[in-house]
Amino acid sequence: MSVTTIGNNIYRWLNERLGISTSVLPVIEHPVPETDWFYVLGSATLVAFIFQILTGVALAMSYVPAPNSAYDSIQFITHSAVLGSLIRGIHYFGASAMVILVACHAAHVFLYGSYKFPRELNWLTGTFLLLFTLGMAFTGQLLRWDQSAYWAVVVAAEQVARTPFIGPQLVELVIAGQTVGGATLTRFYATHVFLLPALMFLLIGIHLYLVIFLGISEMPTPGVPVDPATYKERYHHLLETEGIPFWPDAAWKDVVFALGVGLIVVLLAAFVGPPALEKLADPSILQAYPRPDWYFLWLFALLALIPPSIENEFIIGFPTLVVILFLVLPLVANKGERSPRRRPWAVGIVLVAFLSIGVLVYEGEIAPWSPLTSVEPLPASVTQNLKTPSEVRGAALYQNMACQACHAIGGVGGLKGPSLDGVGRRLTRNQIISRIMNGGNNMPAYAGHITPQQLNDLTDFLQAQK
Amino acid sequence: MAERTTSPEAMSRRTFLSRISIALTALAGAVVTVPMVAYLLSPLIKPTLNVWVPLGTVDAFQIGETVESVYHDPSPVPWAGLTALTAVWVRRVSQEEFIVFAVNCTHLGCPVRWVQDAQLFICPCHGGVYYADGAVAAGPPPLPLFRYDYRIVNGVLEIRTRPLPVG
Repeated sequence: MSVTTIGNNIYRWLNERLGISTSVLPVIEHPVPETDWFYVLGSATLVAFIFQILTGVALAMSYVPAPNSAYDSIQFITHSAVLGSLIRGIHYFGASAMVILVACHAAHVFLYGSYKFPRELNWLTGTFLLLFTLGMAFTGQLLRWDQSAYWAVVVAAEQVARTPFIGPQLVELVIAGQTVGGATLTRFYATHVFLLPALMFLLIGIHLYLVIFLGISEMPTPGVPVDPATYKERYHHLLETEGIPFWPDAAWKDVVFALGVGLIVVLLAAFVGPPALEKLADPSILQAYPRPDWYFLWLFALLALIPPSIENEFIIGFPTLVVILFLVLPLVANKGERSPRRRPWAVGIVLVAFLSIGVLVYEGEIAPWSPLTSVEPLPASVTQNLKTPSEVRGAALYQNMACQACHAIGGVGGLKGPSLDGVGRRLTRNQIISRIMNGGNNMPAYAGHITPQQLNDLTDFLQAQK
Repeated sequence: MAERTTSPEAMSRRTFLSRISIALTALAGAVVTVPMVAYLLSPLIKPTLNVWVPLGTVDAFQIGETVESVYHDPSPVPWAGLTALTAVWVRRVSQEEFIVFAVNCTHLGCPVRWVQDAQLFICPCHGGVYYADGAVAAGPPPLPLFRYDYRIVNGVLEIRTRPLPVG
């Protein structure tokens, strides 16, 4: 028997038992409309999810979700386990890829009006998949169990606490107790590896069933609105006249794009590697610099930039409003024009959303509103101009009394307050003394804990900044 | 399949079987789900613990100084490890008077650090700054730093614990 014959026999044996030719092939070869490259975003998100499952299973083989071991086990995975660094790197960059892809997929579906009749449920299941993806991103960060992750969850708990009426109870549920500790870690672990993935499998199943049952949306044409009365008939006519088999005529694009995404993730994992851990999570070490991973950094930045007066309403109200808008959208706007050319508002919303998130992530990265947490050496251009002993003492005071935390001189120092380059030209001696003593404009007053000698030295130093 | 259309008895029998099957399945589902959900909600059932814990002898704190102190949390799980600790800032104002601050910024809970030379608490997250007495000096915090109740028993400084969110 030739190899081909053996192969054919095996196929025939399987086909009789699995119904490949009658049940499976018709599904994967079902006719779909011809589309552009943006339609690959959904399948690429799924591929990223599969990456996360595979690497997640591998990581779970070594990860120990207990406060005294979690950190060490990740260090072991990163530095000692065979290919551990690569696996963790893929999991890290795969998570970023999945967040980016699911957001782009949602934006594309919104822009092309694909969420309109009869695909409202695709959008609604997709909304929950988007939320669960963010939930995975959030619960995943704590599992690193370093200082930043630990305090990021404390910050999250404080935000949850702002929920009206049930805030404190919700916090107890999220952190599984009265402090962020051992029970929090196991709860986040179980949520990250069992609960959310199980819900996501279920929803992905429904989402894909809907994609097959309703078919993917055709390319939008300006001037051809969706009318629920006629849409299905028109769509089926389109498939009969212009449809192409999904496999392989349409699917090759998905394959190429997913391979590209996978390649980028693996290359990043191999050459950039997973993020280095900070110090072990320890609530008694207060020298922390809590930051969420980039997926939530924009929210973190937003909380620094909005007026404090609306903060309480904003912290709970803003995410709730966004979710409600997502859920209501396909119910109130399920017919009419699909083409982005006829929907300038839709285009505007997506542009503003992506631009804002991009700018806010950048702002969150540099955090100009935040005082510096370490003392930086003054630049040579400043130190070489120090003439008198009091100016030298003043320079030390400037660094140690946290002036430098908010003010920069010669490009070194915080960005929270105005730069003090040339302050000796701008302000008189009395004005400088007044600012130091009284503060104001978001600057602390130093009156009461600065000695006359210190005030004199510091003012000498500042006056020398011409 | 003929019964479906011809016999009304068979119809009612089928309806009955279908309903009883759904009801039994729902019951079985509830038997499994209710305990699981209750287990997930269990943190709510446990009472909040506010107990007095010692921070150290009064003499260990210098008048006019602000220092970090840690206490053992009253409610950790046995495997809590380092996280059984909670930190506080202790300022001894006078012989008998103390202020024990929560380390959490009143804005969003990041740990504030004490800058001795500047006599300020500075938050690393959104730019909150507090004076030595906990009053807001700058930034977004809506309230002064939270304080713990304290008492002095036989020369030992004790505070009453409070759960997260401190406030």
